[in-house]
Amino acid sequence: MSPSLASDPTVPAYNARNYLNEPATGLKSWAFTLDHKRIGVMFLVATTVAFALGGLFALLIRLELLTPGPTIMDAMTYNRLFTLHGVVMIFLFMIPAIPSGFGNFLLPIMLGAKDVAFPRLNLLSFYLYLLGAAVALYGMVHGGADTGWTFYTPYSTTTQTNVVPILLGAFILGFSSVLTGLNFIVTTHTLRAPGMTWDRIPLFVWSIYATSIIQILATPVLGMTLLLVALEHAFAWGIFDPARGGDPVLFQHFFWFYSHPAVYIMILPAMAVISEVVCAFSRKNIFGYKAVAYSSLGIAFVGFFTWGHHLFTSGQSAFDSGIFAVLSMFVAIFTAIKVFNWTATLYRGSIAFRTPFAYFVGFLFFLVFGGMTGVALATASLDIHWQDTYFVVAHFHFIMVGSTVMAFLAALHYWFPKITGRTYPEGWGLVGAVLVILGFNFTFIPQFLLGNSGMPRRYFSYPERFWALNVASTAGASVLAFGLVTVLVYVLVSLRWGPIAGSNPWRSRGFEWDTPSPPPVENFDTPPIITHQPHLYHDVAQDPAQSPAPEPSHAR
Amino acid sequence: MNELIRGLLFLPEQLSEHARAVDQLHFFIITTTMVAAAGVFATAIYFFVRYRRRSETDVTPHVTPTAIHEVLFIGVPLFFFLLWFAIGFPLYVNLQSPPPGAMDVYVQGKKWMWKFAYPGGPNSLDVLRVPAGRPVRLLITSRDVIHSFFAPALRLKQDALPGRYTQTWFTADRPGTYEIFCAEFCGIGHSAMLGRLVVMPADEFDAWLAEQRRGLAQAQDAAPGPGEAVLSASNLVAEGQRVAAAQGCLKCHSVDGSRHIGPTWVDLYLRREKLKGGEIVVVDEAYLTKSMMDPGAQLVDGYQNVMPTFQGKLSPPEAAAIVEYIKSLKTPAVRSGPSEGPAYESIPRK
Repeated sequence: MSPSLASDPTVPAYNARNYLNEPATGLKSWAFTLDHKRIGVMFLVATTVAFALGGLFALLIRLELLTPGPTIMDAMTYNRLFTLHGVVMIFLFMIPAIPSGFGNFLLPIMLGAKDVAFPRLNLLSFYLYLLGAAVALYGMVHGGADTGWTFYTPYSTTTQTNVVPILLGAFILGFSSVLTGLNFIVTTHTLRAPGMTWDRIPLFVWSIYATSIIQILATPVLGMTLLLVALEHAFAWGIFDPARGGDPVLFQHFFWFYSHPAVYIMILPAMAVISEVVCAFSRKNIFGYKAVAYSSLGIAFVGFFTWGHHLFTSGQSAFDSGIFAVLSMFVAIFTAIKVFNWTATLYRGSIAFRTPFAYFVGFLFFLVFGGMTGVALATASLDIHWQDTYFVVAHFHFIMVGSTVMAFLAALHYWFPKITGRTYPEGWGLVGAVLVILGFNFTFIPQFLLGNSGMPRRYFSYPERFWALNVASTAGASVLAFGLVTVLVYVLVSLRWGPIAGSNPWRSRGFEWDTPSPPPVENFDTPPIITHQPHLYHDVAQDPAQSPAPEPSHAR
Repeated sequence: MNELIRGLLFLPEQLSEHARAVDQLHFFIITTTMVAAAGVFATAIYFFVRYRRRSETDVTPHVTPTAIHEVLFIGVPLFFFLLWFAIGFPLYVNLQSPPPGAMDVYVQGKKWMWKFAYPGGPNSLDVLRVPAGRPVRLLITSRDVIHSFFAPALRLKQDALPGRYTQTWFTADRPGTYEIFCAEFCGIGHSAMLGRLVVMPADEFDAWLAEQRRGLAQAQDAAPGPGEAVLSASNLVAEGQRVAAAQGCLKCHSVDGSRHIGPTWVDLYLRREKLKGGEIVVVDEAYLTKSMMDPGAQLVDGYQNVMPTFQGKLSPPEAAAIVEYIKSLKTPAVRSGPSEGPAYESIPRK
């Protein structure tokens, strides 16, 4: 038995010897740490700062759109702002937040490993993230690009703005993403604890593993493409410029070959979180373990062959469009399988409506409507009307903000006790969740309608008939911002003053809860031996007295 | 019913058979989506209530799927998705297949205006006139970056790509004026790149087209031959106004003193302008013509270098006419002595 546990098992204990204070607590010990948990926490802090920055840009955009004409800025500033909003949210928050943050912290623990396979590469990945962010930030301060995060040529190769530093920043961030993905794949293959067979791997790991495959295979294509745009912008080589024999649509193929799979880099980790949360709070095994695990791999694979659905209006041949449309529908099937399995998991469960579960409900709602509008777009003929309108904006915000941010917040609350050893205030948690979910709906449902009525995206000014819906959307954004600030405040307060959580406050049977909170540097006091799947609840009496498991339950 | 759902979804009016067919698919998809979502959420909510945690010692059974679950989970959504595709994709193919005998209109997007040209004339800027009830094929290209021709009432959109032509077609049902947007981001004038689709009764359109072509022929007949007298200065002002409108100068330069994408033309002549490098120039004929041909060379401070060159696009008499037109644009106020700075102020921020 671990000496760190209190003698009375009903009183939650704070693990005194943990990764936060060992081997040291100074700045240097963090800056040079090889501990995956510390690197994960540093990623979480950095990506949260990026999220706040991107959110600030979003609020400024919504304020500008409050009136049909100029409101608080000129057109050039507006164009720079929506570019920065996209770049910061996607490359600095959405792509790294869950895999590099929570994934780094949890994946080795869930596998029963002491660390990732390449701890030094892991730290390098974090510093590449900081370097990429710094270069991109330099570009933002010195001019800022006005191309949108999609960098479409020939606009991006001829713009007067300083687009090259931002392209290079994203290029460097790509390396961070590749190294993290590589690390997770090797860790999953080589560092599993004894008894951790492939059909006992937690669903979180399966989904992060699928994400890692995409990160390794797709990100180099983005790096190459961004480099070509930077070179063309600087030297006018004529790769994408038709005046010099280039092809502007070639860029779109290159770009979406990465950026469509990148959508799954953003959503698969969210699905990873949700698979854990739904089991823990309904106290049930996942309904179809294999269906959920393999559908992640299916999404990762088929996701590579759907990029052409971004090019329905580009003059692409009707035959190509048809193939891409059908393949896009197959990706949606895998998502549908997951949705049905999560819902079926609730059947005969014991459902506790805690904050992470509230975010699961929000996630389910946004994923269903975000996904179904995605399939509607994939019919090609409807996309002709919706392409580049606010309908598309609302659709991908339902997936990215709706689903990914809900999952990020669910993860933050679910694993907060594990990461910090403390709990957050449950009442405030639910208030925050309600504000965020309602605010999000008020922001983006009007945007679906704006898209229907034909308002193109990236419009600085707009005809007056779009006014009312824009006001509604801006009002919703302020509720959403208020909700997120609420969450930020009580999370920061709880970091220091939250009540002690104990090793397993949820009495979850995910493997990461079998170690004390916060975990020791080596993750487990005794190396675990895995004897069953995670989240099996039928063979244990749910006795509260048993709660902070005196011994890792899978070691029995 | 159609009108009711269209209103609920904020869809614009349906100007073509294609628009109605696309909306029908839209309504079908939104109905199936809502029913499916309601099914999932009703089930979930029932489970939330029925299986809520009653005590901390609840015991749950081990439940796993059977083959029938897996078949249903995959089969039902697949059936609907493929059904949507089967309805939607032929509509897309139809848009790519203009009927023989459609009337051609050439469409050119450029920063930040639409130019429409009918074979045999005339050309027009930002206003696309078409006959009702007859198929029209648009042959679309761009002079600079990618734009996208978007007519919401037709549920029609097609990218304008530099260096190649793309095509699409439509048959507008009934006369009226409808919106044209640029849907692909193209810079600071993107949201001002608006056009109008004017659908005319077929016979009125024919009459309009014939009249325009007659006018063109007369203009050609009346053009001065070699050695003939050039236009007088007062005519040059009128000619300059016409050329400036036709070339789209007025999309970015105002003639009422307000600040826009480029400096206003009011009181521009002989104004002292501060350049980007801090240098002061006096706007004279030489500066004006240089700025038309090489706009980035001496850029006025506070403006973006976004103006395309008009080298080769304006004949020397046309450039001279524009200069004369600018010289004619003066505020009536009598001023003594030269102005010491820009006569305009930036618009105060609200």
